[in-house]
Order: sequence, then C-alpha cells, then structure tokens
Amino acid sequence: MRRGNVWLWTAALAVYAFLYLPLAVVVIFSFNDSLLNAAWVGFTTRWYTTLFEDADMLRAGGNSLFIAFSAAGVATVLGTMAGIALQRWQSGVLRCLPFLVLTPVAMPEILLGVSLLLFFRQVLDLTLGLVSILIAHITFSIGFVAIVVRVRLAGLDASLFEAARDLGAGPWQTFRRVTLPLILPGVLAGFLMSFTLSIDDFVITVFVAGVGVTTLPLQIYSMIKVAVSPEVNAVSTLLMALTLTLIAAASKLAPDALKAKP
Amino acid sequence: MALLEIRRISRQFGDTKAVDDVSLSIEAGEFFTLVGPSGCGKTTLLRLIAGFEEPDAGELLLDGRPLTGIPPEKRPVHTVFQSYALFPHMSVAQNIAFPLQMAGTASDEVRRRVDEALELVHLAEKTRHFPHELSGGQRQRVALARALVNKPRLLLLDEPMAALDAKLRQQITGELIALQRAVGITFVFVTHSQEEALAVSHRIAVMNAGRIEQVGVPDQIYGYPQNRFVADFIGTVNLLPVEVRAADQGGLRMFAAGLGEIAGAPATATAVGQRGVLALRPEQVRVLAGSERQEMDNHFRGTVHDYLYLGDVTVYKIALDNGSVIESLLANSLPGRARFLERGDAVEVGWQREAGVYLRD
Ligand SMILES: Nc1ncnc2c1ncn2[C@@H]1O[C@H](COP(=O)(O)OP(=O)(O)OP(=O)(O)O)[C@@H](O)[C@H]1O
Ligand SMILES: [Mg+2]
Repeated sequence: MRRGNVWLWTAALAVYAFLYLPLAVVVIFSFNDSLLNAAWVGFTTRWYTTLFEDADMLRAGGNSLFIAFSAAGVATVLGTMAGIALQRWQSGVLRCLPFLVLTPVAMPEILLGVSLLLFFRQVLDLTLGLVSILIAHITFSIGFVAIVVRVRLAGLDASLFEAARDLGAGPWQTFRRVTLPLILPGVLAGFLMSFTLSIDDFVITVFVAGVGVTTLPLQIYSMIKVAVSPEVNAVSTLLMALTLTLIAAASKLAPDALKAKP
Repeated sequence: MALLEIRRISRQFGDTKAVDDVSLSIEAGEFFTLVGPSGCGKTTLLRLIAGFEEPDAGELLLDGRPLTGIPPEKRPVHTVFQSYALFPHMSVAQNIAFPLQMAGTASDEVRRRVDEALELVHLAEKTRHFPHELSGGQRQRVALARALVNKPRLLLLDEPMAALDAKLRQQITGELIALQRAVGITFVFVTHSQEEALAVSHRIAVMNAGRIEQVGVPDQIYGYPQNRFVADFIGTVNLLPVEVRAADQGGLRMFAAGLGEIAGAPATATAVGQRGVLALRPEQVRVLAGSERQEMDNHFRGTVHDYLYLGDVTVYKIALDNGSVIESLLANSLPGRARFLERGDAVEVGWQREAGVYLRD
C-alpha cells in the first residue's frame, strides 16, 4: 500500500514535470536579462516592453484578437443553434447529424487546412486573408460549441421547455426566457473554448492565411526560424496565461460539458 | 354545452395506439379524473388537450371552438407537470409571474396577482426562494399557483403527487379539492391511484390500453363497474364464475359450479345460458353469525383460509366448497378483531342479492 503510493506519486510527478517543465522554462526565460536562453542572469521585464514596441508583433496580436473574437462570436451563435437542433432531433435519419457537425472536431488539422485551402482557392476563388482565416476558425469551432451546448441541454428536464410553451410563451420567448438562460453557462464555455482554439491555432491558419495577414502563432513561428529570442518567450508567456485563464473559466462554467464525450 | 368536447380522437406512436378512439365531454367547473394502469395513454391524452401532440384522427373542442392547429401557448389550458417543471433560474415569484408576463399583464397587476396566488397556496413567505430551496410539497404548490395564476379555462394535472410521500399525498389531496372549489376552474387530473381518484373526483374515466372503459361518478364506478377490467382496477373485487339460469324483473338467477344457485339484482342484456362473473366487493361479503343466516339472500359454507389484520379492518380469505377463495372485509369496531376466527374454522358467508354486479364475459 505505502510502497504503491510512492510509485504513484513518482509517476504523477514525472508526468507533470513532462507536461509543465518546458512551459516553465519559457516563462522563466521571458524574465531573464539575457539575449541567450542559456543561463539565468537577472530579472527583467524589458522583453515585455520590447514586445509592445514591436509593430509586427502588435499587428499580429491585433489580428489574432480580432479573429478570435469574431470567430468565437459567430461560432457560438451557429454552434448553439446546432447544439439545440442536435438535442431536439434525435430520431430517424437526423440522428446522423451530430456526427456531421462534429467531424471537424475529430478531423486531423492538416486535412482540414488543406481542404479549406482548396475550397477557398479552387471553388470560391477567394483571396486568402483575414476573411479566409475567419471562416476556417469558425468552421472548426462550431462543433465544439455544439457539443458543450448539447451536453448542457441533455442535463435539463425537457418538460421545462414544454412548461414555458404551456404557460403562454411562444417559441422565441421560450428560447429567450427559459432555454437561453439555462444553457448560458454552456454557451459561454463554448465561446471561451472557441476563443482559445482560434487564438492558438497554427496548422490550419498556415494553410489559409495567404501572404498579407499574419496571426500571433504565425508571427512567433517566423521569429524562431531565426532564433528563439526572449521576446518570443514573453509573447508565449502572455498567450499561455490567456489560454489557461480562459480554459479555467470555461471549465468552471460548464464542468460536465468539458468532460463529456459527444 | 360542455367546456371540453373530445370527439373520437386517436394518437398512435409506431404500432402503439396510445389513445384509441376516445370521446369524452368535460363540464365547466368539474374535477375530472383519468385513471388507469401505467402506459394506458393518460399522459398522451393530456398532451393532446394541452397541444403538445396533435391527434391522428378526431377533434377537440374547447367552448365549442376546435383546438386543431392551435399551439400550446395559445390554448387557455395549463398543465401541472409530474416533475413540476419549475424554472430553476427564477424565484418562486418570478415563476408565478411568468404566465402573466407572457400574457402582457401590467407589472403592478402582475405583482398583485402573484401575491394572491401565493396566498392561495399558503406560500407567501417563500416569494424570494428558488425552486431548489423548496421541499417537494412546496414545489408542487408553486407549480399549482403558476398554472392557476392567470385563470386558465382548464387545468391539467399529470400525476402531480407521484413524487410525494403517502402522508403528504393525503394532505395535498384535501388541499387540491378545496383549491378547485375555491378557484372554480375545471381540473383534469391524472393518477394511477384509484383511491385518489375516488376521493377527489366529480367524475372518473377509467382508461385501459388507449380506450375509455367507463365514465361515471365515483360511487357508480366503484359500485357498478361495467366490465371486469373496471371492477378489478378500482378497489378489490371477488369474481365468481357463474352461468345465468333465469333473468326477469325480479332479478337474476345464476349458477356457480360446485356452489349452487345465486340470486342477483336485475341486469340488462342478459340471456339464459350466458356465462360471466359475479363481482362482489369484500365489504359486501359477510361472515355470518348464527342468526344472520336467515336475512341473507345468498349463503354458502366455507373455511377460513387466511386473514389479514389491518387495524381498522380485517380481511378474511374464505375458501368456499367449490375451491374458490372469497375475500370478506370486517370492520373492527371494537379493539381487537371483530370476529376471532382462526385458520381452518368452518364458517358461513353470505350477501344480499343487490350486493353483487353480474358482468358477462
Ligand atoms: N413520444 C412517444 N413516442 C413513442 N411512444 C410513446 C410516446 N409517448 C407515449 N408513447 C407510448 O404510448 C403509450 C401510452 O403512454 P402514456 O405516457 O400516455 O401512458 P400513461 O398512461 O401516462 O402511463 P404512466 O401512468 O406510466 O404515466 C405507451 O405505450 C407509451 O410507450
Ligand atoms: Mg403518464
């Protein structure tokens, strides 16, 4: 028993170290007063100052935030509708629909990237840029929102919605006064998840970004092709902090939704 | 004119005929109860009235106007759901205000009516509470108040007491009757408890497999069941297989194999030679003491097979000479058992000719 515990603890520590040591290194070196990621010299915040003076970085950051907000917004609206539809139509032919909305969630990113690129270029003849990135991000986020919303709905008593109708609320009022308030945690969690997915996305964005527009992950990648500068550490640290905050918020809002399988 | 007229409606799910050619007419101010075993279509019938289902055939008329195609929110019909379906994100007052707001009632009027409704169900001090902070009984009363607050023409209650314990059920049964009397709204109440049905209703409809077996006032349903299903479902009944020997104004003469002749009350649509059962309630069957024998139209010998002491009454199971076991119920009007009979005692049982109901096969 005792012995088993020791082993368990060791294993757990190893896993956590494996997961978080690289991240910790990035964070630590973002405050290191040296151009080289080699030895600790002293504490500084100047890499963060540099970061906020770097026009390319700021533009990429601005793009990323804009895309993340818009994509998450649109994906939340569409995903919520999809989630409600999935919960409502569970019989007959429509039963395969959940699978269809969820495919982008499970599909390898590279596949999605390639197919979106082909679609934008060959089918739509769209100039790659902000719009194409936006559409791509919306595409892969909808499924996540739909899952979270559907799980939330499945946990609610279906007679609540009938009660609303029964008591005189039309379909729209039922949605606004009863359905939406009750699924709101799921909707917000879906929004936060979409936001995180969008702001972190690299693979799909590379395919559909074209030449003119760059996002934060693309910018970071292009910078480390030269060398891992402390500025990259700084921007990565900020990105990490944002992502972790959003994930924590999302899991607080809809704890079951994030755990449950579609 | 009846408030609600149900004309030959049917609703089928796949192969299941949930509601099968049902016709009913429910009067204004009535406390009408639907009773029947699980899966007989009670909920489906309520859902058809509320508008959550559309009939495959037949039609519904409320105040003479057809309800076909009118969505639930436009019907002056409210439902108390089995789960109560209180909105968890709204306080008690907000829940009750909901139907008023949906109807576009002015806000000070809403406040007044909500207070009135809370008063009616004795929950005035729980206004600000949320549904999860209430007991089962309190939730049920909020659901009632919410469904009644804007005075629907018809209130549907789908087993509103299924989630409550026996003691509370009894108390709430009483409150429900008083409430219905106070508000004067027509209630259509669903239960699968026959005691509850007998206690609360003006009229009862007994349902089985999607069909209505019998409609009537409680004592009619209990006293004069029209068929074996109703006799058996409502209360306890002894069923003695018999054959009709003679039928005239004076009454029925029946023959039970191994027992002999039985005299019965006049019955309609019977013919000599017809087979059926004699339905006798346990309280109609007397275990006879010496002198009572002469007063009984029918009396037979038997032995005490078993008995069940229930406090207020004792149920004796008497094995008759032909092997059939008949139940007799004796009130314990003095402390202890009314008749100190033991298993194996030879006894005589009897009943008056008016007691039983003959039901043909
Ligand atoms: N939406 C549905 N889809 C398929 N079958 C249904 C549906 N609703 C009801 N049924 C079937 O119709 C029949 C009647 O159901 P209903 O719920 O009306 O019974 P009930 O009398 O209310 O039973 P209980 O006392 O158990 O509530 C059942 O056999 C049920 O399985
Ligand atoms: Mg039911």
